Amino acid sequence: MKNKLETLPFKGTPEQKEQLCAIIEEYKDVPGALVQVLKKAQEIYGYLPLEVQIDVAEGLNVPLEEVYGVVTFYSLFSINPKGDYRISVCLGTACYVKGAGDLYDSLQQKLGISGGGCTPDGKFSLEACRCVGACGLAPVITINEDVYGRLTVKDLDDILAKY
Amino acid sequence: MYRSHILICGGTGCTSSGSGAVIEALEAELKKNALEEEIKIIKTGCFGLCAIGPIMIVYPEGCFYSEVKPEDMEEIVNEHLIKGRPVKRLLYKETVEGDSIKSLNHTDFYRKQMRVALRNCGVINPESIDEYIAYDGYAALAKCLDEYTPQQVIDIVLDSGLRGRGGAGFPTGLKWKFAAANQADQKYVCCNADEGDPGAFMDRSILEGDPHAVLEAMAIAGYAIGANQGYIYIRAEYPIAVERLEIAIKQAREYGLLGKNIFGKGFDFDIGIRLGAGAFVCGEETALMTSIEGKRGEPRPRPPFPALKGLFQKPTILNNVETYANIAQIINNGAEWFKSIGNEGSHGTKVFALGGKINNTVLVEVPIGTPLRTVIEEIGGGIPNGKKFKAAQIGGPSGGCIPSEHLDVAIDYNTLIELGAMMGSGGLIVMDEDNCMVDIAKFFLEFTVDESCGKCTPCRIGTKRLYEMLEKITSGNGTLEDLDEMEKLCYYIKNNSLCGLGQTAPNPVLSTLRHFRDEYVAHVVDKKCPSGVCKDLLSYVIIADKCKGCTACARKCPVGAISGAVKQVHSIDTAKCIKCGACIETCKFGAIVKM
Ligand SMILES: Cc1cc2nc3c(=O)[nH]c(=O)nc-3n(C[C@H](O)[C@H](O)[C@H](O)COP(=O)(O)O)c2cc1C
Ligand code: FES
Repeated sequence: MKNKLETLPFKGTPEQKEQLCAIIEEYKDVPGALVQVLKKAQEIYGYLPLEVQIDVAEGLNVPLEEVYGVVTFYSLFSINPKGDYRISVCLGTACYVKGAGDLYDSLQQKLGISGGGCTPDGKFSLEACRCVGACGLAPVITINEDVYGRLTVKDLDDILAKY
Repeated sequence: MYRSHILICGGTGCTSSGSGAVIEALEAELKKNALEEEIKIIKTGCFGLCAIGPIMIVYPEGCFYSEVKPEDMEEIVNEHLIKGRPVKRLLYKETVEGDSIKSLNHTDFYRKQMRVALRNCGVINPESIDEYIAYDGYAALAKCLDEYTPQQVIDIVLDSGLRGRGGAGFPTGLKWKFAAANQADQKYVCCNADEGDPGAFMDRSILEGDPHAVLEAMAIAGYAIGANQGYIYIRAEYPIAVERLEIAIKQAREYGLLGKNIFGKGFDFDIGIRLGAGAFVCGEETALMTSIEGKRGEPRPRPPFPALKGLFQKPTILNNVETYANIAQIINNGAEWFKSIGNEGSHGTKVFALGGKINNTVLVEVPIGTPLRTVIEEIGGGIPNGKKFKAAQIGGPSGGCIPSEHLDVAIDYNTLIELGAMMGSGGLIVMDEDNCMVDIAKFFLEFTVDESCGKCTPCRIGTKRLYEMLEKITSGNGTLEDLDEMEKLCYYIKNNSLCGLGQTAPNPVLSTLRHFRDEYVAHVVDKKCPSGVCKDLLSYVIIADKCKGCTACARKCPVGAISGAVKQVHSIDTAKCIKCGACIETCKFGAIVKM
């Protein structure tokens, strides 16, 4: 754990902190706002390192362990930074029966990382998700906002080359 | 007045296939030809034909264009909109018959359907409350406040026989009745838009295509049970649906259809959105409420039921999106009308997200009781590439598989349970002979292991053990005794788990064991995967007759498992082979096979 923090130091800026404080202020008195605040915090920082969790806990006056419990419960939240290009392979049923599992395996191999990981240069991160809602295009992967559908393992090299 | 209206789908499916760029190109073309005042573009919700998106309909002719690209817009504007000649090559092929063009309503795809919950999807602009109102929107709410007491509203819903569309099929009217009977200073109306079934997208489509229908129904529910606050719990992964809901809520407030003193009748009701953050268990009703409270979304033991102690410990009702989408229709047309649709015991329609190995990946709405075969063969257009139908998975991770011998089953809550599946929320995934049923069971178990919240042991540890047994079988180390052990464990998990997640998690295993035991036996006795999916049970072989010795495969193999000289037959070292399939793709001569 310690090692991880040393290699990936938290690089929050004062502007980010200011935005976070504004959000906390807005939601401070709304009951049950923790998930919403964390979601916005993740939009600001890209992920939720311990430093941010502490700010949220203090700001909303909830115990840190509760914040941590919530962060680790929901798949939307990540305590690790993401790559510049977030590759997400849909492993929903419609995609899976059409071979999304092979795409996922192949991407892990091509990028040399396992699911949930990030390439050492910080360029690509890889994760699985469950149905992006474009089952008509199955199997689907998304890279940041771009959606690629009806893929086979053969198409992956061309797609990765675009980034 | 516009002389022509163009409907373009702006749902998730079509947006993913690029409808945004098409709209931009069309706008630019209209502008170039100074047609903006004559022709109006309307961005709608899902038409249901996502696989052939982006989709575009030109009225008054009703011409249905599919798979349009930005480059096509110039031709459509010049030919169709200026010269009045539809561009045949871009029309959806099902609508073209010789020289004449059919309207979409007369295609096989629509003819067998009946649109109640989806009636406005793809028809109106979901970002315009005026269009919703023009289609009788908010008339049902007005009627309730004007003519009916809360008790009468509940009676109508009870009478209609509407059952929950979110999974369990609990009678909606009964749920409302219980909540109405409990006195409290505050009650809540919640909407379940979590849509946790991976591979289902009907709730999302309703919210994207007709958000006001859900808002109106929630207000009616609020009036019926005496609540003045509603929450919609929706997945954050559905940004388009969230945005449309936000717009709809804002418009409804501006029109006084949400907020204080609605229609001047002294009824207050407002709705907030709560974003789910990706946890399947949060679709379960008590977990959903804990999650709205901002905590880890773990389920609570019931009783107390939410009708007594739900959100923030107050009486609460929770209904699914599609359930709500039926309410205004029932009020407007009466309980008798609703009862006339569907089956004895289950009335109305059900929406299914049909996907997987099927020609038309579509959203369909059919009367309950429609045979599965009609949905798959007539509406879905059958299985692509001449493959054979193997099974339909219905109900997602809580459901089961229906094999071909039961293809004529009438889709109904009860018949599906008898077959070991369940209606679920409406995911309907078709599988063909290339899918391994053991692998599918493992896929769903992996999902539940991932999603089990960990609060109760039978689910947390039981599903993990079940998954390990499936792994053992798919890797060729299983025995016949394992199958019996596995079945026992399934029942143990079902009977002892705290919430619906654990209680239904073994269903995919039980149903495949029941209908496809032979495939399990092939894995444990013959150590073979009949469908060629389970990697550990296959080996890659080069067919000597077909191999030309071109060396392409050897160069492609990432682990150097293929050897052979130029123009000589190659061979694969099975000990090194990682079965990635790269060689099969590379070989131009079809000389490499999985056995
Ligand atoms: C693990 C689990 C996940 C569920 N997921 C959903 C879901 O995503 N959407 C939904 O509407 N209901 C879901 N349900 C069913 C709800 O608990 C609840 O029965 C339903 O929302 C009630 O609405 P209805 O009566 O209108 O169907 C789920 C249940 C369980 C046990
Ligand atoms: S299952 Fe992949 S987009 Fe729906």
